[in-house]
Amino acid sequence: MSATSTQIAALRGMGIYEPFNHISSWADAFRDDGSLNIGPSTIVQVDAGLDNKTELVSHESMETYRSNQEEHKPGDKLQRRLAQNREAARKSRLRKKAYVQQLESSRLKLAQLEQELEKARHQGAYLGNASNSSRVGFSGTVNPEIAAFEMEYGHWVEEQHKQISELRKALQAHITDIELRILVENGLNHYNNLFRMKADAAKADVFYLISGKWRTSVERFFQWIGGFRPSELLNVLMSQLEPLTDQQHTNVCNLRQSSQQAEDALTQGIDKLQQTLSQSIAADVMGVGGYGQIDAMENLEALEGFVNQADHLRQQTLQHLSQILTMRQAARGLLALGEYFHRLRALSSLWAARPREPT
Amino acid sequence: MEKVLGLASDQGVVIFIKSTCCLCYTVKILFQEIGVDPLVYEIDHDPEGREMEKALAKMGCSSPVPAVFIGGKLLGSTNEVMSLHLSGSLNQMLKPYQTQT
Repeated sequence: MSATSTQIAALRGMGIYEPFNHISSWADAFRDDGSLNIGPSTIVQVDAGLDNKTELVSHESMETYRSNQEEHKPGDKLQRRLAQNREAARKSRLRKKAYVQQLESSRLKLAQLEQELEKARHQGAYLGNASNSSRVGFSGTVNPEIAAFEMEYGHWVEEQHKQISELRKALQAHITDIELRILVENGLNHYNNLFRMKADAAKADVFYLISGKWRTSVERFFQWIGGFRPSELLNVLMSQLEPLTDQQHTNVCNLRQSSQQAEDALTQGIDKLQQTLSQSIAADVMGVGGYGQIDAMENLEALEGFVNQADHLRQQTLQHLSQILTMRQAARGLLALGEYFHRLRALSSLWAARPREPT
Repeated sequence: MEKVLGLASDQGVVIFIKSTCCLCYTVKILFQEIGVDPLVYEIDHDPEGREMEKALAKMGCSSPVPAVFIGGKLLGSTNEVMSLHLSGSLNQMLKPYQTQT
């Protein structure tokens, strides 16, 4: 559409809209799709036509004027006026046509933009209201499964908070072991739900998960392959769970050592993945032949396996720990864990809201 | 199938891997950390690699690689290795094959 207006401006500049400048054929002026046809050849034609016609007209009118000077003066004037009117009408129709075409293409563009806006709004609605802005992740196009995960995770955190409060009250109230068992099983199931959610999210977009965009900033600082580090978790809990029997102490230490070994192996595996990927992408990087993108893609797919293994490790650690501990210790452990992560999240919010020095 | 079982009985601890598989590398590292030096066999560099892969799947391995055999018997893949390691069972199973303690 802008092309049309520039074309019109060009035409105007060439003086084609000036009075007495004829274009031999208005039809020729437009191409089939309605855009103005102003190739150089057209201009030449126009000029040729112009000269001929102008000469003809002026010659005619000159002759007519000379021979009919006194008697036909009003006739000539009328003829001239009629010709002028015809020209004006023609020009007006031309301008109108160009204007309508401009409107049409603007309308199309508007419809396109409205569609895009609706799509973006629709996707934006998935993200819901994240009160902690660091949990909202934008990566260009929003994956609906990831958007669903973000919503589910928000609910998960709220539920976690409720469970922690319940545990705290229950432990203070000295309830029976049976009632405590229900709370402990709920707590462990809640973590299992999280791992299930994460498995689905990893299938949808493993990079989103591994980036930690779904967690708060301080949590992200401690992150290892898309979540908490199991051995670190055991460190946090061990001090809180005293007194432990000697056997329990040994078992927890063994569990911690096994977890550390598994974590090291997974870390080295992911480093190797990075190395392999980097080497394959850098292959002949200054040449023109490209590199093995298919291999690189396979490498990226392997990342999902690592995230799954890391979550598997987290799940197993929690499971084995709950088996080592008594019911009451397990309840205290879940409370300590939940409270720990809650404090990490709260600290993130505090950090985000801290007063900044004016620069 | 015979080839797989044959190779699996060659040594106490055998791991079938693919050279491009980094989780396989992870399992190998873990075994080394436990003090075991497994026989690592790359099935992607074997002309019968495809058949071997199918045989491993038939034997019930959750993913064809890595496939861990201890004493000629299939232990499983990465998942099984990790679970057994955390429970402390893997250390027990590997005791007779440890080269360093």
